[in-house]
Amino acid sequence: MSKEKVFTKSLDSSFLAVYNGYMFFLRFFREAFRGRMEFQELVKQCYAIGYKALLLISLTGFITGMVFTKQSRPSLAEFGATSWLPSLVSIAIVRALAALVTALICSGKVGSSIGAELGSMRVTEQIDAMEVSAVNPFKFLVVTRVLASTITIPILMFYCTLVALLGAFLNVTLNEGTSFIAFFENAFEQITFLDIGTSLVKAVAYGFTIGIVGCYQGYNAIKGTEGVGKAANASVVISMFLIFIEEVIIVQVSNYFRI
Amino acid sequence: MAETIENTSPVISIKDLYKSFGDLHVLQGVNLEVNKGENVVVLGRSGTGKSVLIKILVGLLRQDRGSALVLGQEVSQLNEKELRDLRLKIGFSFQNSALYDSMTVRENLEFPLVRNVPGLTKAEINEKVESVLDAVGLLQTINQAPSELSGGQRKRIGIARTLILEPEIMLYDEPTAGLDPITCIEINELINEVQEKYHTSAIIITHDLTCARQTGDRIAMLLDGHFTEQGTFEEVFETQDDRIKSFYDYNFIK
Repeated sequence: MSKEKVFTKSLDSSFLAVYNGYMFFLRFFREAFRGRMEFQELVKQCYAIGYKALLLISLTGFITGMVFTKQSRPSLAEFGATSWLPSLVSIAIVRALAALVTALICSGKVGSSIGAELGSMRVTEQIDAMEVSAVNPFKFLVVTRVLASTITIPILMFYCTLVALLGAFLNVTLNEGTSFIAFFENAFEQITFLDIGTSLVKAVAYGFTIGIVGCYQGYNAIKGTEGVGKAANASVVISMFLIFIEEVIIVQVSNYFRI
Repeated sequence: MAETIENTSPVISIKDLYKSFGDLHVLQGVNLEVNKGENVVVLGRSGTGKSVLIKILVGLLRQDRGSALVLGQEVSQLNEKELRDLRLKIGFSFQNSALYDSMTVRENLEFPLVRNVPGLTKAEINEKVESVLDAVGLLQTINQAPSELSGGQRKRIGIARTLILEPEIMLYDEPTAGLDPITCIEINELINEVQEKYHTSAIIITHDLTCARQTGDRIAMLLDGHFTEQGTFEEVFETQDDRIKSFYDYNFIK
């Protein structure tokens, strides 16, 4: 096959993938708002997502808070401004770090797991089995998982914020001897509702992205076990890529309101 | 194999059916009728489109050309609701059973029931689940996970899951594939019991001639994308066609 034909073919498949992804996205909204909601499965998935990521988020959140504080101290110390550490760290955690850390951890842990689970159900014909028994597999598998990650990831993000602030507090109190109340008063002084609202919007967007990308990759998996691996891998890579794009857009929009 | 066929009105009628995947022409003008209460075995080598044929009948795949009428309805013309209603009347037993790994046997059986028959009480659901499990002889596995079952048990549970909705038509995709000869015979007997007890019509996809002889009221041989021979087991294998004769010879090691 000539180079031109290979190029055209890969371009075709890229456009087709974008189109299929868009149709999958639209189908989610169509299915989410009609018929009976699978509440039991939704609760089960919320629990599974929260439980799967909780330990990792606790560790990474705590370490992020502690390390960020430690790295910021020398720069502030140069100006004799270490008393600003709680404010600086809390702004960084609330505005950017907590949402990103949660999203990246969940993308690896939850996104890959959704991709692999649905992928393996697809290649072992379990999804076809649901369809032929007159059950809507999209509603049962996709809608519940996407909603669960959209609901659970913001909760995990708030939890990550708290744990990261605790990590920062530990570092500050060990070095500066600041009390718990003084640290948190100082930390929240600079935080506005816009910061919290922006974080929430980010976490909802990231949660939705992780869920929908994982489900799309798994639901459309082909070529047996190889396809399951590819689905899990693509779920992580694509959702991480989209999360960074969303980060840029949301920050730009929130800065517009800040001014 | 049931001793008598209830009547001769076709529940499945396939006419001039074509299906290709890219350059691969799988079905090329397939014609087949299945009468009420009849078990029709579709025989053929791997990759000849046997599974594709039954997937078209439940709307998992769409034909390129031709017609596939199931219970008088053209499957490719049905809307979502009509297709769902039709699927309630068809039981599909998958080659690898396709049991839901994350659920127990009980949950596997309850899954289609509670979603398609609303308003059932817990006691009624239990009764139905236990009744179909009893029919396939595996009541003791009710709380087990699919991963704890043998290949033959998984096939039986797969069949039980389809029976719970009391289908009029059963489609079996390679029901004896990967099983030992004794279990194969047990599955064949189960297929005949299902036909007698639930009065189903069935298409049985296989390349196992023992299964074909034991379960088929009629055999249809799929070669080169269409049915070359149809008739009783003896009629089909009395042919002079070398491709069919070699199929028989290899199965029974002449």
